[in-house]
Amino acid sequence: MVNRQVVGAHYGLRDWLAQRITAVIMLVFTLLVLLALLTLPKFDFWHWQALWNLSLMRYAALLFFVALLYHAWVGVRNIFMDYIKDSGMRLTLYVVVILALISYGAWAVQILWGK
Amino acid sequence: MSSTVAKTRPKHLNLMVIRLPVAGFVSIMHRVSGAVLFLMLPLLLWLFQVSIQSPESFAKFQSVVSNPLAKLFLLGLLWGYLHHLLAGVRHLFLDLHIGAELETARASSVVVLVSAIVLTLAVGVRLW
Repeated sequence: MVNRQVVGAHYGLRDWLAQRITAVIMLVFTLLVLLALLTLPKFDFWHWQALWNLSLMRYAALLFFVALLYHAWVGVRNIFMDYIKDSGMRLTLYVVVILALISYGAWAVQILWGK
Repeated sequence: MSSTVAKTRPKHLNLMVIRLPVAGFVSIMHRVSGAVLFLMLPLLLWLFQVSIQSPESFAKFQSVVSNPLAKLFLLGLLWGYLHHLLAGVRHLFLDLHIGAELETARASSVVVLVSAIVLTLAVGVRLW
């Protein structure tokens, strides 16, 4: 008789940790933007655009978006796991969400660096 | 003895019947706010885009966000963001076994619920 232990797919702990790391990244970015808003001399187009022309803000925003997209994936996937019982439907929704998140990422890069 | 007690306990998960503890309410709101923020991502990205693209698009951004209905809607999203953020911070403390006792955990869930609303109102008053 084979004594096989029933184990999971092992992505649980990784995603649990990733959810927390990405959360902290987004928290720090939120405080950074809050600080920037409070120290901005005036909220008009030129000051606002100049803020996002800073390399610091661009790369911080990029890191934020990467964290956000992974965080959203784990969260939305967990919601689907809980409520969508039909495998085919769940798989379809996973694909839709992944495609949406990838395009949001590309869009974010275009917003930050594109003209 | 214990089995008879167990038998008389109500067994139902009808959302209209069960009384959710405040921590449970904060928890489901964490999930709902996360889902709503995910669904509204394209709108938020678009707003960010028009706000930094050009002076003309910035004017468009301002006209959109100064519409009272849009403002109310965005304040709703801000509430969702703040609730999600604060409930998340509470989670991080619980993960570190800080404040995991029933009374403290219940109190911190009230703090999360109330401070998210107070902060949203504060921003709302300032922006109005």
